[in-house]
Amino acid sequence: MRPIRVLVAKPGLDGHDRGAKVVAAALRDAGMEVIYTGLHQTPEMIATAAIQEDVDVVGLSILSGAHMTLIPRVLDLLRDDGREDILVTGGGIIPREDMDALEARGTGRLFGPGTPTSELVEYIHNWFEAREAQTA
Amino acid sequence: MTTAEMLELDRLREEVAQWRARFDAATKRNALFANSGHVVEPLYTALDIAGDAAAAEVPGEFPFTRGIHPTGYRGKLWTMRQFAGFGTAPETNARYKYLLSQGQTGLSVAFDFPTLMGYDSDHPRSEGEVGKCGVAISSLADMETLFEGIPLDKVSVSMTINGPAVILFAFYVAAAEKQGAVAAELRGTIQNDILKEYMAQHAWVYPIEPALRLIVDNFAWSAEHVPLWNTISISGYHIREAGATAAQELAFTLADGFTYVERGIARGLDVDDFAPRLSFFWDIHNDFFEEIAKLRAARRIWARHMRERFGAKDTRSLIMRFHSQTAGVTLTAQQPMNNIVRVAYQAMAAVLGGTQSLHTNSMDETLALPTEQAVEVALRTQQVLAYETGVPNVADPLGGSYYVEALTDKLESEAEALFTKIEEVGGVVRGLETGWLQRQISESSSRQQWEVEQRRRTIVGVNDFVTDEGELTIPLLKVGAEAEREQRSRMAAMRASRDDALVKLRLAALRDAAKTDANLMPLILDCARAYCTLYEIRAAMEEVFGAYREPVFF
Repeated sequence: MRPIRVLVAKPGLDGHDRGAKVVAAALRDAGMEVIYTGLHQTPEMIATAAIQEDVDVVGLSILSGAHMTLIPRVLDLLRDDGREDILVTGGGIIPREDMDALEARGTGRLFGPGTPTSELVEYIHNWFEAREAQTA
Repeated sequence: MTTAEMLELDRLREEVAQWRARFDAATKRNALFANSGHVVEPLYTALDIAGDAAAAEVPGEFPFTRGIHPTGYRGKLWTMRQFAGFGTAPETNARYKYLLSQGQTGLSVAFDFPTLMGYDSDHPRSEGEVGKCGVAISSLADMETLFEGIPLDKVSVSMTINGPAVILFAFYVAAAEKQGAVAAELRGTIQNDILKEYMAQHAWVYPIEPALRLIVDNFAWSAEHVPLWNTISISGYHIREAGATAAQELAFTLADGFTYVERGIARGLDVDDFAPRLSFFWDIHNDFFEEIAKLRAARRIWARHMRERFGAKDTRSLIMRFHSQTAGVTLTAQQPMNNIVRVAYQAMAAVLGGTQSLHTNSMDETLALPTEQAVEVALRTQQVLAYETGVPNVADPLGGSYYVEALTDKLESEAEALFTKIEEVGGVVRGLETGWLQRQISESSSRQQWEVEQRRRTIVGVNDFVTDEGELTIPLLKVGAEAEREQRSRMAAMRASRDDALVKLRLAALRDAAKTDANLMPLILDCARAYCTLYEIRAAMEEVFGAYREPVFF
C-alpha cells in the first residue's frame, strides 16, 4: 500500500507547536509522509496546501480556544472544493462537548492532552484502510 | 582544608564505598531514576560538595546562590500574582477586582492571541480568537477600561506581551497618565522577551534585528522615565514548556539575557543604568530538587557573568529577581483534581528556590481557561504555603544539603557547557536563524514523549493508575462569541470618536522615525495617546521593518 500523506497544520494565531511537532514526528516514524505547515496559518492556507499536496489527512492542532471557528472553516473549504474524501482530524485544548459538536459537523476523531501517539497512528491507519477498501 | 578535615573525608570515602557495595547488591525498583537531563545518584554525601564555596555563603551576598535578600522571606513574602485575563476589558477588570479582594498582591495580564500578535479585535485574522485565551486590548481605550478603579500607582502589574510589547506598554503608560499617576512611580513588568518567542512561544511580529532594537529603545526610555519598571522578563518558562530540560531552560534563558545586555552596551548604555531593571521568569516543573537547584544556579551564574563579563558594579545589576509559574505542561486532563497536588509541590519548590513572585496554575487549565473556583484553590495553595507550612521562615533552608548543592553545581556546569555550544553555533541570534536552538528543544521534547509512551516515566492518571473517568466532573469556563461581538462594537465606537487627522499624523511620524536611529518609544506613546490602535501602530513599523518568517521543521 502507498504511504499515507498527512498535512499537520497550526490554524490561527496560537503559537503552541510542541504537540503538533511531536505528532508530526510520530506519524513520520510510523511510515507516513508528513508535511508540517508551520505556525499562524489561515484556514484558506491550510485547505490550499492540503489540496495542492494531495494529502489524505489533515491534522489540525489548536490550543487557543478558537477551534469552533477555525475547524469548521477548514471543513467547509475542503467540501467546497469537493474534497470530502480528506480526513480532517486533530487535537488540542478542546472541551469534550465542543469535540462532539465538531465530530457531528464532519471531522474525524479529535484528541485531547495525554493521548499516546500510537493511538493517532492506529486511528489514521484504520481510517485509511477503510477508505481504500471502499474505493477499491 | 585542614589535615583533620582531609582525614574525615578519607573516612567518609571508605564508608561510602561500603555503602555502595551494599547498595549494588540490594534489589532495586525498576524505574527511571533521573531528573529532566540526567541520571541522579542514589546518595549524596559531603564528598559531593567537598571544597564547595556555596557552603560559606550567606543570603544577600555575591554570588547570591542563597537568595537576593539578607532577610529571606522575613522581610517580605513573595508576591502572589495570578495570571488572568479573558473576554473583554470590563470582564477582566471585574476578575482583577475580585482577585485583589481575595488577598492577591499583584496583577498579571493575560492577553488574547490577536493582542499577542498585534492584531486588533476587528482585524480579519482575529476572527474566532477574540478574548479566548486572554483579554482583548486593541487601544488605549481598552487599557483604560481594564484598570478602571484600580490605582496604577499602587498596584504592580505584569503584562505577558512580547512581539508588540512596546505598544501595549505605551497603552499602559498612557492609561496611567489618564488616571493621574506619576510615571516614575509605576511598578510592574512587561515580558518583552522576543528571543524566547523565536525559540519557543512564537508570538512574534518583526524580524529579529528590529525587534531587538525596540527592546533596547525601551531599556533606554524606561531608565529615564519609569525607573521602577521591569523592562523585560527574560523567560525560561516557555522554553521549558516547549520541551527543554532544566539545564537547557537555564542556559538558553541566561544566554538570551546576556544577548540583551550586549545589545544595551552596544547602544552605548551604561550596564548599571539598565541591568537593574532586567528580571527573569522560570518554569517550575515536577522534579522538586532539580527545580530548586536550577533557581539557585541561575542566580549564581547571572551574578558572576554580570560582574566578570559585563563589568557591572551596582549590586542591583548582579542580583537576579524572578517570577515563577508552576509548569502548565505537567497538568493532566485526566483526573484533573490531581493537578492541585502537582501545583502545590511545584509552588513549594519555587519558594524554596527563593522566587520573588509566583503564579500557581489552576487544576482545569488543560481543559479551558480556569474558573473562578479553580483560581481560588490555586491562590489558597500559595497562602497555605506562606502562612501554614513554615517554609518561608528560614532563608534558603536547603542550602548545605549535599544533594541540592551538588545539583546546583551540576546545573551551573551544564549551563556553562551550553553557553560554549551556543557560541560555537554563532550566538543566540544565529542559533535562532539556523533553527539550532529550536531543534535542541524539539529533541528534548521528543525524548520526553518517548519516555512517557514507553512508560519509563510515570504520569499518574495518564500512563499509570488510570481510571475509567467517563464524563468530566469539574465545571469549565466558557468564553463565547459575545466577547468578540462586544469588542467589535467597542472598537467601532472608539474609532468613531477619535481625531482621525491626528491618528494619521502620529502614525506617519512613527513610520518615518522607524527609518532612522531615533528612539521610537516617545513616538509610540504619542500614537497611543491619540488612540491609534494596536494594529495601526504595528503596521506603521512593519512597513519599515517587515515581518518575521519562521524556519519550519519538525
